[in-house]
Amino acid sequence: MHADLRLADAGAFRKFRGGYRLVRTQAFRIVLIYVLLFAVSVTALLGFTYWNTRRTMDAQADQIIQAEITGLSEQYQGRGWQSLYQIITERSLHGGSALYMLADGEHRRLTGNLTVWPSVTADPGNYVEFDYERPVGNGLETRRARGQILRLEGDNFYLLVAEDVQARETNQHLFTITLPWTVALIVLLGFGGGLLMSQNMLRRLDAINRTSGEIIAGDLTRRVPVTGSADEFDVLAENLNRMLDRIERLMKGLREVTDSVAHDLRTPLNRLRNRLEESLARLAAQGGSASEIERAIAETDKLIATFNALLQIAETDAGAGRAQMTLLELNSVASDVAELYEPLAEEKGISFRMVSGSGAQIEGNRSLVAQALANLVDNAIKYTPPGGKVTMAVTQSADGVVLSVADTGPGIPAEDRSRVVERFVRLEASRNSPGTGLGLSLVAAVAHYHGTQLVLSDNAPGLKASLTFPRVSKVVPIRPAMKSAAE
Amino acid sequence: MRILVVEDDIEAQRYLVQGLKESGHVVDEAADGDLGLSLALSRPYDIAIVDRMLPKLDGLHVVAEMREHGNTIPVLFLSALSEVDDRVKGLKAGGDDYLTKPYAFVELLARIDALMRRRTPAGIKTQLQVGDLELDLLTRAATRSGQEIELQPREFRLLEYLMRHAGQVVTRTMLLESVWEYHFDPQTNVIDVHISRLRAKIDKGFELPLLHTVRGAGYMIRAAAA
Repeated sequence: MHADLRLADAGAFRKFRGGYRLVRTQAFRIVLIYVLLFAVSVTALLGFTYWNTRRTMDAQADQIIQAEITGLSEQYQGRGWQSLYQIITERSLHGGSALYMLADGEHRRLTGNLTVWPSVTADPGNYVEFDYERPVGNGLETRRARGQILRLEGDNFYLLVAEDVQARETNQHLFTITLPWTVALIVLLGFGGGLLMSQNMLRRLDAINRTSGEIIAGDLTRRVPVTGSADEFDVLAENLNRMLDRIERLMKGLREVTDSVAHDLRTPLNRLRNRLEESLARLAAQGGSASEIERAIAETDKLIATFNALLQIAETDAGAGRAQMTLLELNSVASDVAELYEPLAEEKGISFRMVSGSGAQIEGNRSLVAQALANLVDNAIKYTPPGGKVTMAVTQSADGVVLSVADTGPGIPAEDRSRVVERFVRLEASRNSPGTGLGLSLVAAVAHYHGTQLVLSDNAPGLKASLTFPRVSKVVPIRPAMKSAAE
Repeated sequence: MRILVVEDDIEAQRYLVQGLKESGHVVDEAADGDLGLSLALSRPYDIAIVDRMLPKLDGLHVVAEMREHGNTIPVLFLSALSEVDDRVKGLKAGGDDYLTKPYAFVELLARIDALMRRRTPAGIKTQLQVGDLELDLLTRAATRSGQEIELQPREFRLLEYLMRHAGQVVTRTMLLESVWEYHFDPQTNVIDVHISRLRAKIDKGFELPLLHTVRGAGYMIRAAAA
């Protein structure tokens, strides 16, 4: 029940994370920037069009007004105001967009198709804009007009000549309504398109990432899928696949070399050891002293141990046996090793302690982790003087599960710490202790194999060696062991 | 005991055959996989020692074919290959044990003895006895001369393995592989310390020691002095 709930939660979480991931993709960001730029451009373009239209319309109206005024002025100057009065009265009857009003010194209407003198200050020579009312159906409608006022000095009259510019106002109204909707639509469509585009891109990239993951996990036969569309992703996939072919070939070659080196060296070593054993048996049968031969056998065994250790480091470095990665409970691996070494520590008068932590599941190769740990504990016990302490611990850190072995021995000076991990490096002080000098190198190789590192630090006093394994989430299903069984 | 040795390295073959004959076994030899397989299928052997890499027919295939033909004799693989995956492959192909070259002859002999013992089980035992030392596998209790001995779980498994192979040499590597399930060589001989602890528990205070060290080979538990 509980596990089910957790699984469901994890599913929802992943889904949410999925959406979040989509927004975080490069493609989506590019689309977003593009949409924003486009929206700004469209706004600017529409704004310019509007401004230009308005300007043109005003200019047209001004031209008409100017022509009217010129004509009417000529009439007035040539034939006097009566003729003007007559013309205006006549023109007022025609209707249309032209508006006139002739008024006396107190702005009272004398004639024209406007009924009320607009409440604008007379500013001869300049254009004024004002609202006026016009009958439509049963009522009145307010419309916008633009015109000029002329003062006929001699007779103390005012003449207003104007043009209806309501069309311009309607245009502006339409524009202010349309613009936000247009921009909203562009942003919405762009956003949706961006999501689709980045989803598509993500799908292609996910395929590449999945394949890389499987290859890192040890399956070198995997290849990135090619869709056949010959687009840039296909080119990338093909290049990656070519690279993988090459890596696979190199790895295979390396394995073949390791195998033949192993075979070609083990066969003569085997004969050598056999012969020594035969000589030993023969000498023993004759009752002679065989200590020389026994020493030779011991040396041969040391040679074999070193050779085996080197070979194993090479193989571990090459990632052989990746198929044997399983879900490991680090506490149980550690306590098994602790149990193996505890009597040895006790015999040497060293207090040995194992501290286990909770939730210490990792993905790993049990045998290799155990061997690495055994090497660390072996070293710790070897270099810690009687009365000292060796502590093995499984703890949690921000980066993962930490497996550490700390001792109270002489430690390793900071400047030598990175060096001792290299193959065959043994510090002067330890040159006479037994061992191949490859113990820490193997631990380092095992660390690399698990995607982590061997870190040596000061235990003040002594040495602390630790490996931090990536944590395995409990909701992740255990990878079926079928694959390794089918191999 | 009749032993089949399939080994292509003539020098190694000669040594193996001679050593096994000196140990009192009857030995047939084959230098390639084809001959090895036809011998294994046509004559009754108690055990086969097969090299992993053989001309004509690979060692893995020889054993797989044997198993396919219903031949169930114990098979010990010898291999000069590097180790990580090969042990698993060998055991999957039907091998019962796996020894990497170069090996000590005592190690080979001890493993052959252990494989033969496994082949002749005297029913399902619930009680093991060596002299006056008794081990009850059901109640997980150990007694010597009726005196109860307290054992840690691993000490129990160690004693059980030794007693199942009573009278036989058991090497350190065999103990590490069977009791601890580790297939690597610890740099220090930790097994010796475990044995001396166990010895203190089962032999201390008794006149006749049961757990013996076999020099240059390993350990043996037996009732009477040989």
